Amino acid sequence: MEAMLHITTLHYLVLGAALFLLGVIGVLTRRNVVIVLMSIELILNAVNLNLVAFSRYWQGIHGSTALHGQVFAIFIITDAAAEAAVGLGILIAFFRNKETVNVDEVNLLKW
Amino acid sequence: MGVGMQFTSTDYLLVLPMTLLTLFAIGILLIDLMLEQEQKWANAVTAFIGLLFSAKAVYNIQQWLGSRPASYGLMQTVLVDHVTLYFFYLFLAATAITILMSVRYLEIEHESHGEYYALLLLSVVGMMCMAAGADVVLIFIGLELMAISTYVLVGFLRRDRRSNEAALKYFLLGAFSSGIFAYGLSLFYGLTGSTNLATIHTALRQVLGGPYEPIAVIALLTTVTGLLFKIAAVPFHQWAPDAYEGAPTSITGFMSVAVKAAGWAMLLRVLILSPFRLGGLVAMRSIWLPVLIVVAISTMTGANLAALTQTNTKRLLAYSSIAHVGYILLGLVAGSATELNADGIKGILIYLLVYTFMNLGAFGVITSLRHRNVIGDELDDLNGLYSRAPVEAVLMLVFVLSLAGIPPLAGFYGKYFIFLGLVETHYYRLAAIAVLYSVFGLYYYLKIANAMFMRQPERGEERLPVSYAMRAALGVTAFATLFIGIMPNRFIEAANWALGIANNPNTAKLIR
Repeated sequence: MEAMLHITTLHYLVLGAALFLLGVIGVLTRRNVVIVLMSIELILNAVNLNLVAFSRYWQGIHGSTALHGQVFAIFIITDAAAEAAVGLGILIAFFRNKETVNVDEVNLLKW
Repeated sequence: MGVGMQFTSTDYLLVLPMTLLTLFAIGILLIDLMLEQEQKWANAVTAFIGLLFSAKAVYNIQQWLGSRPASYGLMQTVLVDHVTLYFFYLFLAATAITILMSVRYLEIEHESHGEYYALLLLSVVGMMCMAAGADVVLIFIGLELMAISTYVLVGFLRRDRRSNEAALKYFLLGAFSSGIFAYGLSLFYGLTGSTNLATIHTALRQVLGGPYEPIAVIALLTTVTGLLFKIAAVPFHQWAPDAYEGAPTSITGFMSVAVKAAGWAMLLRVLILSPFRLGGLVAMRSIWLPVLIVVAISTMTGANLAALTQTNTKRLLAYSSIAHVGYILLGLVAGSATELNADGIKGILIYLLVYTFMNLGAFGVITSLRHRNVIGDELDDLNGLYSRAPVEAVLMLVFVLSLAGIPPLAGFYGKYFIFLGLVETHYYRLAAIAVLYSVFGLYYYLKIANAMFMRQPERGEERLPVSYAMRAALGVTAFATLFIGIMPNRFIEAANWALGIANNPNTAKLIR
């Protein structure tokens, strides 16, 4: 019973992979730009989960100073914040001129 | 390692080009507050001085390195070798020409803000981090710094719907691809326990053939997908034509050369690290090489076919630039076919160099057509350009012929070394396909020439005023396009130097 309740690195990875896939499916299928943005955040959070889980795993092998993964995760969190800020800024500029957030109506440029 | 670690002067020296550009970017943001609307050109001057300082810093590193091929810095996160320095110079030159092209254009668009130049410099900082990174964290952060700055620049004409739309598309697909790229990197970290490309390389050798090999393949595929998105290779290219068409024309030029060269620097770093120290994912070459061959062929096919039907010059050049990615990818195929084929990699370096000048020149001509009431980016806007602006029409002809790869213009040597590399590594069929497609490409390049020289102008238009900065930009790009074409030796020697190949005394005779 004890062993069954134990959460291993693999569990985190499966969760991470699931989040990643949800994010990719969201980007490819959803039509609302805000939800597409949220899906991209989901992908980045899947990456963070992976990194932290792996960092924990490698700490068990290389000792507690093996923190690369957690450092990388902090950088990705920062990056996600910057990206969201710029993305929403672009979306607002777009919305002002066009009054829509539907990707299907982002259609001025095509061949 | 540990708490007592200190930075040495080497560390500061190696990141000095980036540091200086960051300081100048912040300086521009501050100075901009004090400038009147009609004094905004001073920001361009500040940015230009920043680039000169940065170039001097790069030169200092070059002097300091001397005959040593490479140096690590900042706890092994930065690896500066000759290829890195080559890319540094390339980014700085491309950005300098972009700034010259931008000043008048921004005034015409009524969007002359200091942020434009600050963002340009910051994106160059990002590019330098990508070219110098030996650690995936630094490469990723550099990529994002460059990409986020570029998203804003693409949407810089905020009252223009096309610019908004281009920025939105570029942002969504760019952020998506960064996410996929980061996921691949996180898996590589998990497999190897390191974010350092050299360590990843050694650790990967043990992973391959072991039980975790499928995960390594997934990691490779996601990482390479992210990379191919960034260089706009088919089938990950859909963002490029839209972003290129909607962006301010000066930024389109910048994206098609500097941002693309940075993508290439990153691709080379992640896949082979450095010609002096193989690393990164080179151990998985047998998996990514076939992928690259398929992508290269589909890129050349897709882009050349799509370019045929374009009626917008910017969009046509966007597809042409995707087609060029296909040729450069073949350089990587040839370059990594055996342990490391110098002619293939040399082809990539020379191609990116000549491409910088000829493509920026072409976009410079289109930028110069933008004046009151005329956007100037439709193919029909070029009609009869020869009678309205003969100098620009002739320059444009030089640039498009060079893009098509006609000797003795610069574009020929880019293709020459790549095809040579392919033949040397016995990819005869690939070389034949590439030659066929470059002949094919001549059709749509000549469409531009046809519009300029053969058709009549639709309206009797006044002669176009061209600013001195733009004249300088066009002059430099045209001179470089002709000069590299006629006297290529110096530039081939520069590429040889970057790759650490001793200059063959027969260089002058054989152009090898």
